[in-house]
Amino acid sequence: MDFTFTDEQRMMSSAFRALSEELCAPEQLRAVFEFRDEAAAERWLRLADLGLFGVLLPDASGGMGLEDADFVLLAEEAGRAALPEPLIEQAGVAAPALYELASDARAARLLEGVARGKVRIAVAHPLNPYANTPHGVTHWLLSGDAAIHLLEAWQVKPTAQPSIDAGRRLFGIALDANAPEPLASGSAARTIAARIANRGALYTAAQCLGLAERMLALSCEYAKAREQFGSPIGSYQAIKHELASVAVKLEFARPVVYAAVTRAADTDAQALAAISHAKLAATDAAELAARTALQVHGAMGYSWEVDLHFYMKRAWALAGAWGDRSFHARRLESLVLGGAVALGPDATFHRSA
Amino acid sequence: MALDLKFTPEQRQLRAEARAWLERHVPSRPLHTLEGAQGFGEHREWERTLARGNWGMITWPKEYGGRGANLIDWLIFEEEYYRARAPLRVNQNGLFLLGPVLMEFGTAEQKARFLPKMAAGEEIWAQAWSEPQAGSDLAAVRSTAVREGESYVLRGHKIWSSRAAFADWCFGIFRTDPSGARHRGLTFILVPLKHPGVRVRGIRQIHGEPGFAEIFFEEARVPLTNRLGAEGEGWHIAMTTAGFERGLLLRSPARFQAAAQRLIELWQRERAGADPALAARVLEAWMDAEAYALNTYRTASRLLAGGSIGVEASLNKIFWSELDLKLHQTAMTLLGARAELLATAPDAGDAPQWLEGFMFSLAGPIYAGTNEIQRTLVAERLLGLPRAGVGHGLYLH
Repeated sequence: MDFTFTDEQRMMSSAFRALSEELCAPEQLRAVFEFRDEAAAERWLRLADLGLFGVLLPDASGGMGLEDADFVLLAEEAGRAALPEPLIEQAGVAAPALYELASDARAARLLEGVARGKVRIAVAHPLNPYANTPHGVTHWLLSGDAAIHLLEAWQVKPTAQPSIDAGRRLFGIALDANAPEPLASGSAARTIAARIANRGALYTAAQCLGLAERMLALSCEYAKAREQFGSPIGSYQAIKHELASVAVKLEFARPVVYAAVTRAADTDAQALAAISHAKLAATDAAELAARTALQVHGAMGYSWEVDLHFYMKRAWALAGAWGDRSFHARRLESLVLGGAVALGPDATFHRSA
Repeated sequence: MALDLKFTPEQRQLRAEARAWLERHVPSRPLHTLEGAQGFGEHREWERTLARGNWGMITWPKEYGGRGANLIDWLIFEEEYYRARAPLRVNQNGLFLLGPVLMEFGTAEQKARFLPKMAAGEEIWAQAWSEPQAGSDLAAVRSTAVREGESYVLRGHKIWSSRAAFADWCFGIFRTDPSGARHRGLTFILVPLKHPGVRVRGIRQIHGEPGFAEIFFEEARVPLTNRLGAEGEGWHIAMTTAGFERGLLLRSPARFQAAAQRLIELWQRERAGADPALAARVLEAWMDAEAYALNTYRTASRLLAGGSIGVEASLNKIFWSELDLKLHQTAMTLLGARAELLATAPDAGDAPQWLEGFMFSLAGPIYAGTNEIQRTLVAERLLGLPRAGVGHGLYLH
């Protein structure tokens, strides 16, 4: 029983933090939001240079051979930076799914390209109807509940679905009747589809942790600098207590996400409950952080010129991505209140593992 | 390996041993409330039973009546303890608050004198922090300890002292240097409650029992050896009491997980006639209890890896006290017309346990430092927001 991260894991996430602070500096995000982003291609290359797209792929496929517990901190950093690139979908969701599907040559031959960022994948799933899509997308991974298709970009006609979060390039997609054979169907597809949904929800949750922390930090900075009635507004308890409540919400969402990540590949009731709990706890923390941050910033926060809205919009967006509140709350309710999950003080950790 | 969330064979063995012992020894009928004289005696006897099984305080060294177990072992024991619905720990002020600081600041003689009797349930401890004019602003204490030869002479008035109505000893801070302003000049002293010059008067709580008391010190004389740490070091020791392990030890997650489980069972029984919106509140109770458990394991792992816990204790306190209150409010809503019934009511069923738990949970955001004080601490010490005019002290009961 050890609930800590290793030094290597922390080092990797701080390396990514340093890079993302450079790539996602507020002026960069502003350019994205004002549709004058000229750095997208460079950002993708820099992420690839750090090896981030292959974190969850084995060495033999050009990856790092690491685990979900390693990737979760990276997803958190992607959230903190409001990274425009769909790193999570490519590296956290599509890469492990394609690896599992690699008995099919169509998937196997893509792995190295995925790890190096040459292959750019968008992932659609019933829980993620609007796929966050990389610039220059080359392939689509279309997961139903019981069939998984891999299509090349020229084979599909995606429909743009512009988002309030300009950092997310969303496209809806429908499978047409002439689609090629699925990579998997039946029970094999069901398991892989469930893992796609698991990782989509988990890494969305992890991004929400990073976003919440970022918005809390921005609010504290602002509350220290902004003076009214002769003192920084952060010296008033009305402000302090609101921000402390955000800190509490975040502190207790974090271990829920970390524990659930150890169950990313599992599809039993306890694992699904842990993952839905993680998604709910993290999106709630991010939404409270966003709401509170806006209130603390006052009219400044409501203006385009102040950076807060980049992160706030991402938090709103992720609340509905990879299973919205209704989906996860209802699933959790049926599992926990319906008796499928063991209850009580000794039931927190997976017993059979 | 990081994020290794599995128990070792030794930890599983400890769980099995605790479970077997508790199944044999936990009283089959709930004890009377420990806030009253009869229940206090029953709980004192239960502490002795625990000690005979060597379960008094497993994290302490063997020579003081412990097992030398670590914090993860402690959490496992607590999970089994609440799973077995074992009685509340009447000596928690001693075991969880004073014990750790005695271990850190006590002399060898003090440790040998006090810890084994504490672990054995032979001496039950009360805390004596607050005074009529020193509640949240604890540094405003006025009670004094004046040195005369080999003794301190204590004068003053402590209040809201949990367990003091029936306990044997209390610990608190006294002003030894009247010229020392606020935090300075305070000394941490251990005082027997059945002692000349010490007068205890129970205060009835809203449930009618004397769950806390006021203590009058009327020239009570205690030896200098009852001082913990150095003269003037009292504030620092009291801060430590509030400090590292306290956030973990005061309220075990298992307590809330057991309560969440009972709430789900209540929901399953009552759902036919219940407001469907209550399902979300029941679920929230389960989620929060799980989150608290996970965070506690995370904190324990960090401490075992050499880390420390500071202002995180305030985050903990806010979270568990608010989850406990919400959980019990939900139970009261679910119980509907039965919620108000006392155990003597023929239709009461399990409602009185919920009512008692509800009233107890209402105290949570107040004791151990109000949640308003905790939020201020979080804002200033964790988030770095500027302090308002007055210097802050320690806030706990």
